[in-house]
Amino acid sequence: MRIVVGEGSCGIAAGAAGVYSALESALAGSGAELSVTGCIGMCYLEPIVDIYEGDALIKRLVKVSSADAEKIRRFADGDREAVEDITISPEDSGFLEKQTRIALRHCGIINPEKIDDYISGDGYRALGKVLAEMSPEDVIEEIKSSGLAGRGGAGFPTWFKWNAARMAEGEEKYLICNADEGDPGAFMDRAVIESDPHNLIEGMLIAAYAIGAREAIVYVRAEYPLAIKRLSEAIRQAEDRGYIGDNILGTSFSCNMTIKAGAGAFVCGEETALIESLQGQRGMPRLKPPFPAQSGYRYKPSNINNVETFANVAWIILNGGSAFAAMGTENSKGTKVFALTGKIKRGGLVEIPMGMTLRDVIFDIGGGIRNDARFKSVQMGGPSGGCIPAELLDTVIDYKALAATGAIMGSGGMVVMDETTCMVGMAKFFLDFTAKESCGKCVHCRIGTKRMLEILDRIVKGDGRDGDIELLEELCRGVRDGALCGLGQTAPNPVLTTLRYFRNEYEAHIKNKKCPARSCTDLLTYTIDPEKCRGCTLCARKCPVDAICGSPKEAHVIDGEKCIRCGSCFNVCRFGAVKVD
Amino acid sequence: MDCCCQKKSDLSLISGLLDKYAPIPGSLITILQGAQEIYGYLPVDVLYHIADRIGESPAKVMGVATFYSQFRLKPIGKYLIMLCQGTACHVNGSQRIERAVSEELGIADGETTDDGLFTLKNVACLGCCSLSPVMMINGETYGRLTPDSAKKILRDIISLEKEG
Repeated sequence: MRIVVGEGSCGIAAGAAGVYSALESALAGSGAELSVTGCIGMCYLEPIVDIYEGDALIKRLVKVSSADAEKIRRFADGDREAVEDITISPEDSGFLEKQTRIALRHCGIINPEKIDDYISGDGYRALGKVLAEMSPEDVIEEIKSSGLAGRGGAGFPTWFKWNAARMAEGEEKYLICNADEGDPGAFMDRAVIESDPHNLIEGMLIAAYAIGAREAIVYVRAEYPLAIKRLSEAIRQAEDRGYIGDNILGTSFSCNMTIKAGAGAFVCGEETALIESLQGQRGMPRLKPPFPAQSGYRYKPSNINNVETFANVAWIILNGGSAFAAMGTENSKGTKVFALTGKIKRGGLVEIPMGMTLRDVIFDIGGGIRNDARFKSVQMGGPSGGCIPAELLDTVIDYKALAATGAIMGSGGMVVMDETTCMVGMAKFFLDFTAKESCGKCVHCRIGTKRMLEILDRIVKGDGRDGDIELLEELCRGVRDGALCGLGQTAPNPVLTTLRYFRNEYEAHIKNKKCPARSCTDLLTYTIDPEKCRGCTLCARKCPVDAICGSPKEAHVIDGEKCIRCGSCFNVCRFGAVKVD
Repeated sequence: MDCCCQKKSDLSLISGLLDKYAPIPGSLITILQGAQEIYGYLPVDVLYHIADRIGESPAKVMGVATFYSQFRLKPIGKYLIMLCQGTACHVNGSQRIERAVSEELGIADGETTDDGLFTLKNVACLGCCSLSPVMMINGETYGRLTPDSAKKILRDIISLEKEG
């Protein structure tokens, strides 16, 4: 029997390391083998412990605590009922059953720290096949037939970039992996690196062979220490086995691989800014052309793809481009990984074939909205994306169809919102982010995002003026047209989509000084209903600014002048007497 | 409080780091990361020294050090509170957590308490979205926070320090 603890960052944050050490002592002498795996993707059930008999998964235990270690020991000793209360429910099992996993196919199954676990599946067989049987042109042709497009957000055909780098003149070429996952609310790439680092390495080596690079670099966010640790270890193991280095697998192909830790700048997700950062500079985008394929890292031909793109490559080589292209829609092939978060019942990592609808993902897989509240909107594509409203829930997941809504496919962040989320506040949240992250090179982006933020700020504070919406729209156009790189060009999207679908919320803030979601504190008023108040004095005692007065057993009153709208009276009142408007 | 730029840093601490990376072009970020690891922040005299060793202007080094959010030019408290302000945390009430932390410690984003115990820093995303709202204190993650649970975590650290 093998007992496997899910130790991705989410699992560890939820307490998986404590569970592991408790199991270590509890299982001593039981004959059961204890090991770790990466992210299973069901973050909302972490910590997760899987029990295997041979290769078969016989039990999946969820929300496991250290105190459950003894029960697991009893199970290992033959008491099959011992872990019933922590066994996953059939509904929760549905979370995985409705997915199709390619990029995540090993995640949560293999031990990411052991290369043999990867090899014993189909690991490094695609690399072997490429080096033994295929020319670089064959590889590019296979990727072309798969229809794989860049999973970082823009959706540019992968084969085209590879081919451009291959055709570029010069001996010295570089292959770069963009693992600077900066979109707040997205963690797909982190999960792939933490859970299946060799799959990334293998995909990168195949790409390096295709374009003719001898140097491969992974640019990882410094905020992902576990990913950096596991990837470094995986690279070392692959070097030891002869998958990385000189004369790989006895062929004339040689390639080295290094990791560079980013230092925290969202704009470095843009490929030319990333290259500047790799060169030790401020991460400011370059003018294109020349494209990186002609003049990239160290001004040599370079190709940059993101983690998820590379994670599909080995599978495509082994199963054929046509098998990949058989999934999806006319213009979007294969699968896509999403990080499903926000006000969702079952949050985590979801990999689905293109062509599913948003409703399928949010309601079927994600289980709908927490506390059965009403769905309001889903944000896709982070600061470059937009908010899609309830009436468009049947939109299919496809690059074109999503772009038509004003949002984008993006790298895979999918943040679900209910009616308590203010859409003006959401737009302000993203503008605050882009204004801070603007590198400052282009005036329209540097100053335009700041001006937009100022307008949004006054709207949520109740100081919005007539004409603010039109001014915002004008600034959106200016920033979109006047910025050099993707960050600036797409920065207006959160504002444009919320204006398009939730204009009434903007108007309510500006004209009526009201926040329909009751989220903008400056626009709220708290009052006590004297009919319902029993004079229990609890709210008065909890109020941090002494804004509530009244005698015991008599109705209390809130002083609007003193009230800071913190909501603590609303939260503590047991009689529903505190009203928010 | 004495000014950090007046202090003299022990430059010998980074001589190994500089010997290794200064000859490799494009290593400035790696050097700054290494130096911050050693000093806990980037003292101004250290930045001058790095500029000198890699043959770049101090303005260039300062430009890179101030561009990236990872680098800090001031010392931080014993406990660094990284409060996640990612989208999922925002939707699940991270602002209420920030208010609670500020109220409890009397500091705003980027500030350090007078006793040097805590520094509060808002960060873009810690990637633990399903546990939102989240904060990380010295590498340890605390998820599914409420204003009260956040305050309790801080009080526990303070009482641990007092005992300690």
